[in-house]
This record gives sequence, structure tokens and C-alpha cells, in this order.
Amino acid sequence: MTDFTVETIGKPALINRARIERRNASERRFRRLGVVAVAIGVLALVVLMTSIFTGGLSAFRQTYISLDIFLDPARLDKDGTRDPDAIAKISTFGYAPLIEKALVDAMAAKGVAVDGLNAKSAAEMVSKEAPADLRRYVLADPSVIGQTVRFDLLAGGRIDGYYKGRVSMASAQLDRNVSPEQLMLADKLREAGILTTKFNWGFFTAPDASDTRPEAAGLGVAIIGSAYMMLIVLVLSLPLGVAASIYLEEFAPQNRFTDLIEVNIANLAAVPSIVFGILGLAVLINFVGLPQSAPIVGGLVLTLMTLPTIIIATRASLKAVPPSIRDAALGVGASKMQATFHHVLPLAMPGIMTGTIIGLARALGETAPLLLIGMVAFVREFPAGPPEGFFDPASALPVQVYNWTQRGDPAFIERASGAIIVLLVFLLAMNIIAVVLRRRFERRW
Amino acid sequence: MNVLTDAAVEKALEQKMTEVDHKMIGQDVSVYYGEKRALFDVNLNVRKNTVTALIGPSGCGKSTFLRCLNRMNDTIDGCRVTGKITLDGLDIYDPSIDVVELRARVGMVFQKPNPFPKSIYENIAYGPRIHGLARSKADLDQIVESSLQKAGLWNEAKDRLQESGTGLSGGQQQRLCIARAIAVSPEVILMDEPCSALDPIATAKVEELIHELRTNFTIVIVTHSMQQAARVSQRTAMFHLGLLVEENDTDKMFTNPDDQRTQDYIMGRFG
Repeated sequence: MTDFTVETIGKPALINRARIERRNASERRFRRLGVVAVAIGVLALVVLMTSIFTGGLSAFRQTYISLDIFLDPARLDKDGTRDPDAIAKISTFGYAPLIEKALVDAMAAKGVAVDGLNAKSAAEMVSKEAPADLRRYVLADPSVIGQTVRFDLLAGGRIDGYYKGRVSMASAQLDRNVSPEQLMLADKLREAGILTTKFNWGFFTAPDASDTRPEAAGLGVAIIGSAYMMLIVLVLSLPLGVAASIYLEEFAPQNRFTDLIEVNIANLAAVPSIVFGILGLAVLINFVGLPQSAPIVGGLVLTLMTLPTIIIATRASLKAVPPSIRDAALGVGASKMQATFHHVLPLAMPGIMTGTIIGLARALGETAPLLLIGMVAFVREFPAGPPEGFFDPASALPVQVYNWTQRGDPAFIERASGAIIVLLVFLLAMNIIAVVLRRRFERRW
Repeated sequence: MNVLTDAAVEKALEQKMTEVDHKMIGQDVSVYYGEKRALFDVNLNVRKNTVTALIGPSGCGKSTFLRCLNRMNDTIDGCRVTGKITLDGLDIYDPSIDVVELRARVGMVFQKPNPFPKSIYENIAYGPRIHGLARSKADLDQIVESSLQKAGLWNEAKDRLQESGTGLSGGQQQRLCIARAIAVSPEVILMDEPCSALDPIATAKVEELIHELRTNFTIVIVTHSMQQAARVSQRTAMFHLGLLVEENDTDKMFTNPDDQRTQDYIMGRFG
């Protein structure tokens, strides 16, 4: 009897041990695979982030030359009338000599000089954008004429690049735009405290600049364009999407027709974004006659793109509200609409918000449809305030990135990486808000 | 009963009406879910200030019948109700009847406690507010207090009116739901297995409450527990396969039922 028991208990145990071993081994294998997959993902992310940040962080610093500029009335206002129209006739060429003189004076005062470098070449170290900045400053307030004003003038792109490691003495020898002497002078000016590197506010406030002036290029117009479009997307797609979802989820009868709509919405969410761009071009610009490059067109196209995302997210969160809540409301005599708006919708709100923000984030990063509706154009004029500004040409953040990567000057690569960082920061901020909302209002029933 | 002509049924009903005060009368009530028929010509009357228990095995149609009484079945797609149900002589399926108004008169308590995820106060104040029953904040406070008192929850909840209703225990939540139903002063309260999610102590409290509520309200309760039906009700109706098998005084039903199927069910031979 005892032997029999030992045998029957012992035998299956032996077989089981092998099976358990196999089972454990397969589990270990699967876990290792998982760790490897995650590691590859993290590695890719780290490489991507490193390349963007090493290339782009320098875009937030910029080299400036600080000079005391005498705004000579003899040059800027020959009649002495201070008539704005007369002053406006002086082009940027009228301002360049003022800067040159200020630089020469500053060099003389500090005793800075480099052999074989004349005043004109020295003045070429200052960005070509600087006279224009100076002119804008004077036109904004003609009373400053005759005064001596301290200015932080943008240094040229190559001088800036010298301090960011893009330009060296050796490369300057082959470069038509910069000479080794200029770089030597730059070093001396830096020692004298005239040439400094500071935070680049202009990167956020200035408009795009031409190919030869990368140092002046900024994201101002692109940020405003993107902000306008997000505003349009939010204002149009949130109420439309939520209303459509509520109707479909709570009120519409379940039949063939609503099934068809459901399938179409799901399909719409998967349509490549460039198709929406073609739609915008064909319908909004060619047929309706809306202006090209305008945030209104971009906003409408992105609204079409975002709507399915919002509808799907909203319907999912409406569905997640337990039917018992609806029953409870109907049971005390609430109408269907009261039940929906007093009880179901507030409970679904965090989900709707999350879906909307994620939809907006997707729209913010969308490039392809904007290329087709002309938002890739070179825009230097800031659009007006809303709502007129919706019809003015503007750029958009992702398109600006695309645009800058097409340019020849390597300084634009740095700008593009910097713009990507700005875009990523915006996206990250939106996603964090979405996560916080979701955490904060986690279902509590 | 089905062999009687309509006229005979009318007559019989009228006769019954004179005997006892019927709050709701169901006449040849049939319910279809799409193609499927869930109830077959049920004739069941609900007496005023009485607890009527609906018993029967799962899927027998007792909940379906209950949900006909305040038209909660309207919310189910493809559900169709034929026959006639009256509340104080008023056909509740008449097109001129406002279903929202009906549900204010015929309240409902559900199987699972389903308080709104809002404060205890808000849970109860919601109904009176949407029906305009309170003219001032003081009125509303009064309604909340008296509803909680009638539901026997006042002592436990009076210090935490602003706390979430979902933070109460299961039994308290169910009594909160009853208080919520009471707050709109309904005439009939329908209860769909109100104790099935509660422990025995909470169940005892709710049953006690049902007993007390009988003086002010007409109550129809669906229950799986025969003991509960015996404890709380005065009238019992037994459903089986969509048919009303027997309707009788509860005492008679559980001691000497007329129908063999009722006997079998009560003895636990099926169900």
C-alpha cells in the first residue's frame, strides 16, 4: 500500500518537473525578448534625442556685437523735419555706415585691431539683418535720431558658427563669406567684451530670414501660424466632434445607416494626411477661393483630420460610462438629454479632453497637408491679430522645420534642430496635460 | 384567463376594482425584444400601498414586466410593448403621456446600487431640481433631509452630505438610491432585485425600509429570494417562461399555491 502511494505520487512529479522546467524556460525567454525589445526602443529614442539636442540646443544661443551707435541726423534726417515719411525713405543702406562707424570707434576705444583687415571687412562681421533691425527701431520712434543708443547687433552667421564649432580658421580660408582675419578680430572683440553670446530670444520672436541670413531666422511667424491653426482646430473640432459623438452614441438608432457612418469615421481616421491636403487645395482654395498659405485653410484641413480622432475618443469615453448611471438618471425622471448632459458627459469629460489634446498634438505636428495648401511659402510678414490674421499668409512649426532643412547654409540645420526641440516641447507639454487630466479625473464610480 | 373575451376581462377587472384599490393595471401585456417574445399576455394588477413581489426563475420576464411599468424598456433598442398598462386609470403607453413625467410618478431602484458620482446631497437634490419641486434652497434642504430620513439614512449621512455618494457602503448606497427615488415623491416605487448585491445585514435594513415605505408608496419588487418575497410582500406574482403563472396573497402563495409550477418552484424543484 505504501509503495503504491509513493510510486503514483512520485511518477507524475518526475514528469511534471520536466514540464515545469520547459514552461519556466519559455517564460524566461519571453521576458528576455521583451527586455530586448524595450531596450532597442529606448536606445533609438536616446539616439534620436541626442542627435536633435546636440545639433539644436545651440540654436537657443546667439552671438551678438554690442555697439554704441550714434543715430546721425545728418544721414537719417537731412532736412531736420523728423517727418516719418522722409525718414522712411532712407533704406537700410543708409544705416550700414552708422554701424560701421560705431564698430570702428569701439575698436579704437578698446585698442583692438587686426592687421590686413579694413573697416569694411570688419563691418561685414555684423549680420546683414542688423541695419534692417536698426531701421525698424528708428522708424518706430523717430525721436531717437541724434542720440547714441546701445545696440546688441546680430553677428553674421559664420561668426556665430565659429563659436558653435561650425566654422574654423581652416574652413574660413576656403570660405568666401568669412576670412581668418575676421575670426581673429572676433576673438579679440570677445576678449574686449564687445562680442558676446546670449540667449536667443529672436529665435522665438523673429520671422524667417533669407538663405544668406540664417542668424536672423526665427520661428515667430511659424509659432503664430501654428497657434492660429490650433485655435481653429480646437474651436471647430471639439464642439462638432463631441456633438456628433453624443448623437451617435446616445441618441441615434442602431441601423445600417449609423453603422455605415461608424465605419466611415473609422476609415477617415486612417486616411493619409496628404489626402486631406489635396482636399483642402481642391475645395477650400480652388473652389471656395480661400487664400493660399492662410491659417484658416490649414486649420480647416487639420480640423477634418482631427475630427475622427476626437469622435472615436469621445465615443469610447461615453461608452465607458456605466449604463447604470443613465438608468439612475432616467429612473428619477430625467429626460434623455438631461441624463446625457448632467451625468454622462461630465463623467466622460476627462476622456474627451485627453482625446482632444492628443488629436491637437497630432495636428500640431502634421506637415504633409500644409505643404499642399502653400504654407511652405517664405513668409516674413507677421499675420494680423485674429480673426483677420487667419486669412494672412503664415507658416507652421513642422513646415518651418521642413523648410529649413532644405536650405544650403549649415546654420539652418542648427535652426531646424532647434525648431524640432520647440515643437517637441509643445507636444510634450500637451501630452503631459493629457496624462495629468486622465490621472486627475480617473473614473470614480 | 386567456379564454375570456375582452369584454369579459373588462368586466372582471371592473369588479375587482371595486373590491380593492388598484394603483396600476396591466392588461394583456406582451413584450418583444426584436423577434423574440419575452412576455405573453400578462394580466397583473398592482394594489395601492401594497408590496407586490415578482418571483420566478431567471429569464422568466419578471424584470421585463417591472420595466414596463415605468417604460424603462423604451431605452432598449428593438423592444416593443403591446397591451395596456394604466396608472390610476391613465394609459401610460398613450402617446400623449410624457415618459419623463411618468418616471417621476413611478420611481425605480436598481439591482446594483448606482448613486451618481456626486455628493450625497446632490444625489438626492437632482430629481427635485429637474422637476422644479423645490422653490428655494431651504425647500431643497428639507426634501433632502426628509428623503434621507424616510430611507433611514439620515443619522448615518447627516454629517457627510457633501461627501461623495460612492464612498458609502453598499447597503448605504442602496438606501441612498431609495432616498433618491423617494425625493421626487413618486406614487409607485419599482425595485429590481434591490438586495441582490448586498450582505444579509444590509439586506435586512433595506427590507425593513420597504416595510415602512408601504404606508406612503405602492411598491413592486422583483426578487430572486423566496424568503425575501415572503418577508416583505403582501401579494406575490409568479412568472415562468414569460407567462404569469399565478398571482395571489403572499401567505397563500407560500403555503398553498393554486398552481403546481408555483409549488415546484417554491419547493426548489426548478429555477
